[in-house]
Amino acid sequence: MKSAVVVFPGINRERDMAKALELASGVAPHMIWHAETELPDVDVVAVPGGFSYGDYLRCGAIAARAPIMDAIHRHAARGGYVIGVCNGFQILTEAGLLPGALLRNASLKFACKVVRLRVDNADTAFSNAYAAGAVIRNPIAHGEGNYFADAETIARLEGDGRVVFRYCDAAGETTMAADPNGSLNHIAGILNERGNVLGMMPHPEDFVEPLHGCTEGRGIFDSLVRAVAA
Amino acid sequence: MIPNDIKITPELVRDHGLKPDEYQRILDLIGREPTLTELGIFSAMWNEHCSYKSSKKWLKTLPTTGPRVLVGPGENAGVVDIGDGDVVVFKMESHNHPSYIEPYQGAATGVGGILRDVFTMGARPIAAMNALRFGAPDHPRTRHIVNGVVAGVGGYGNSFGVPTVGGEVNFHPRYNGNCLVNAFAAGLAKADGIFLSKAEGIGMPVVYLGSKTGRDGIHGASMASAEFDDNSEEKRPTVQVGDPFSEKLLLEACLELMQTGAVIAIQDMGAAGLTCSAVEMGAKGDLGLELDLDKVPCREPGMTAYEMMLSESQERMLMVLHPEKEAEAEAVFRKWGLDFAVVGRTTDTLRFVVRHQGEVMADLPIKDLGDQAPEYDRPWIAPAKPAVIAVAETEAPTDWNEALLSLIGSPDLSSRRWVVEQYDHFIQGNTIQHPGGDAGVVRVEGSNKGLAFTCDVTPRYVEADPFEGGKQAIAEAWRNLTAVGATPLAVTDNLNFGNPEKPEIMGQFVGAIQGLGEACRALDFPIVSGNVSLYNETNGQAILPTPAIGGVGLLADVSRSVGIGFRQDGDAIILVGDTAGWLGQSIYLRELFGREDGAPPPVDLAVEKRNGDFVRKLIEDGRVGAVHDLSDGGLAVGLAEMAMASGRGCRIAAPERSAVPLHAFLFGEDQARYVMTASAGEAAHILVQAAMGGVPATMIGTVGGNELTIADRIAISVDLLVKRHEDWFPRFMAAA
Repeated sequence: MKSAVVVFPGINRERDMAKALELASGVAPHMIWHAETELPDVDVVAVPGGFSYGDYLRCGAIAARAPIMDAIHRHAARGGYVIGVCNGFQILTEAGLLPGALLRNASLKFACKVVRLRVDNADTAFSNAYAAGAVIRNPIAHGEGNYFADAETIARLEGDGRVVFRYCDAAGETTMAADPNGSLNHIAGILNERGNVLGMMPHPEDFVEPLHGCTEGRGIFDSLVRAVAA
Repeated sequence: MIPNDIKITPELVRDHGLKPDEYQRILDLIGREPTLTELGIFSAMWNEHCSYKSSKKWLKTLPTTGPRVLVGPGENAGVVDIGDGDVVVFKMESHNHPSYIEPYQGAATGVGGILRDVFTMGARPIAAMNALRFGAPDHPRTRHIVNGVVAGVGGYGNSFGVPTVGGEVNFHPRYNGNCLVNAFAAGLAKADGIFLSKAEGIGMPVVYLGSKTGRDGIHGASMASAEFDDNSEEKRPTVQVGDPFSEKLLLEACLELMQTGAVIAIQDMGAAGLTCSAVEMGAKGDLGLELDLDKVPCREPGMTAYEMMLSESQERMLMVLHPEKEAEAEAVFRKWGLDFAVVGRTTDTLRFVVRHQGEVMADLPIKDLGDQAPEYDRPWIAPAKPAVIAVAETEAPTDWNEALLSLIGSPDLSSRRWVVEQYDHFIQGNTIQHPGGDAGVVRVEGSNKGLAFTCDVTPRYVEADPFEGGKQAIAEAWRNLTAVGATPLAVTDNLNFGNPEKPEIMGQFVGAIQGLGEACRALDFPIVSGNVSLYNETNGQAILPTPAIGGVGLLADVSRSVGIGFRQDGDAIILVGDTAGWLGQSIYLRELFGREDGAPPPVDLAVEKRNGDFVRKLIEDGRVGAVHDLSDGGLAVGLAEMAMASGRGCRIAAPERSAVPLHAFLFGEDQARYVMTASAGEAAHILVQAAMGGVPATMIGTVGGNELTIADRIAISVDLLVKRHEDWFPRFMAAA
């Protein structure tokens, strides 16, 4: 699997993402600066977390208009895989590659902790390494992860099985207490219509090695390796 | 002769924080009346914050060298060898005064400043911590300050991208008018890739990098060297505004630039901005330096020389570059969208010359600005030693369960989840021990090594006995590093005290330094960097003396590090160290009986070392499961913390044939103690080994069940412990 990690100024989890991609695929990803206009020939483009351009406008709004974004749109249009994590998810919604928006956490505070996610669709390029309904742990670290979309969009996402990850408790129940940011329907990660673009708030890239104390984020990268090989 | 448009009056001198005799010293040095800009420069260089004029005499007595120490105090941060050509670079610094006036920005720029100190030396920051001290919970300003400071620390560190792996949060009425925000940062570099601030070469370009200069933070360092009164809020314009986005760009640009070989010297613009950084670079290199302020990138037009020299706008650097690499260096900064301007040259005149709009605004002897700063041997009186409280003078609790529950639910011992969840501690993917244990542990990327970090001091001990309290701060940091399996390497100290012009405050300072020094020498734990913050007083009331210690340790194999949570049911629980039941200055007496008196627990440094070396070896050999040092609240609180961290209970027996009453055994704060767990078979071997090594160790109980039970006195479900422990902080912050 060949991959690229896009680096906007202010992004700060690009190294975490690169390490996880390399661990799963055995190949170090290309690091692509935001001012570039072309992507190398890759299977997967990762938009990592951080505070692109300081998040001084709406989170992700400036990055969504950066020079590299046209190439990412073309990559997605060709059916190439795109994964956006945290700020990357925000950027993909601002760029129109995914529906909806990420609002301020309901707590109005930045939240960094381990949450549980239920894999509601294990039949995707990003989740095929998990069992359907599996409950996995992932860290979160964000101030604006509260997923929102209009009722029609939510209905379509749900109807199409495009909600891949949902916040839940240890038993797999979705509850307000298990939802760290107040997302509608406890949505943590969604797919685009074609199924080749995923956005998620949690950080699977920080739970991939035994030393992390948990490797339950690894499946997302393993899934991509499998999907690319298929 | 420099034209002097503004008459220097005694009022102006006083407003610059200079005493009449200090002003006379300036007149003697330069032989004429200074210009306003020059007065501003002297005020910036000679205030307490920059000159250490009250503390220097005593700081010199601290041990600062060791086989692993590559750079000690005097640079932006200390540098310690961790093998394989790697070094750890670290420092702790206060941002107390700004944080009280404007909590969010004060704390944020404190974090920004310390991160800059670390990457100025060529290191990529890998860990941060914060030692925070606030007023009494019921003081009307406390909640507002906690809220702003925590949000500011998180806002800056999270955006910059460094994991916050530890810290302290405490409350005490003595911080009502003067909170403490002590920010620690550590970075990794290669031993041959360290950059210093000493300029070299004549005629070399002096380059300004980073954000533009604005009117913020003018005289911040002078403010930080004065006491507060009821009008302190009026000082808000002296607080800087942070921009973590620019800092992140500055980090990447600086590290990239350093790779090009263009950098001769580098100094960040922290306290006293352009003045301090330029003077320091020139003076250290025995060179003069000329600045042309017309070249300084400014945020707004019309700024005067005085304002530019004293601005504390954030995210700025000054470098001396190799002239032939100037274009290459500029390209790096343009790529990152940052300002790059040649603003001066080094000279052989030993003068610090500042020009603005064609006129010389300052022309001063550069060495004298630093070297000739006043230095005081302030009078001091040693505080009287408080009486030791005998165990017989203390009472057992009437309700034992409630006693333990109220301790773990008290402001100082309750869960810090509300705080640490606002800090990103996963970023960079190397955090092995997260906040909540004895020390944070971070893997050294690309190796099996790990670094451990802890912040410690017990101000009530220091107040009662500065010498013993100083020793204890070092010993506790050393113990916390040991408890995660790290070999303690070195220390950074952040000495927060009141007004040094009062002999009793100076006495606290002297006593604490002597205690710190003694402990550092006994434990081979040198102090490699630090900061002194004096004048922490409001309306004449000083803070508790707070010499905050940042300790750093090394693990050869990071996978061997242990946490505080019980691992397995059936494991034996071993108490290491002697328990005399020391209750003087204990949390037990303070929280349950309202007594803040007596002598603090003495620290026997030889015992500390013996017990700690024993525990560390067991961790390194993988023979123990969980390890926790005992400190505030004693054994009972330590056990409760181990249970809560794991969700497992334990059963503890009363000590047999002990002269120590149970309440003193459970809540005494005797030093040099650890609790650890091991399989039953292993535990028997460990006890034999301890006996042979002369280390006091006893089996006190077993892990298991879902209750913490102690003798026939305490029986509390782990769920209830967690509930009471988690309850206080969010409830306090949510209250209107």
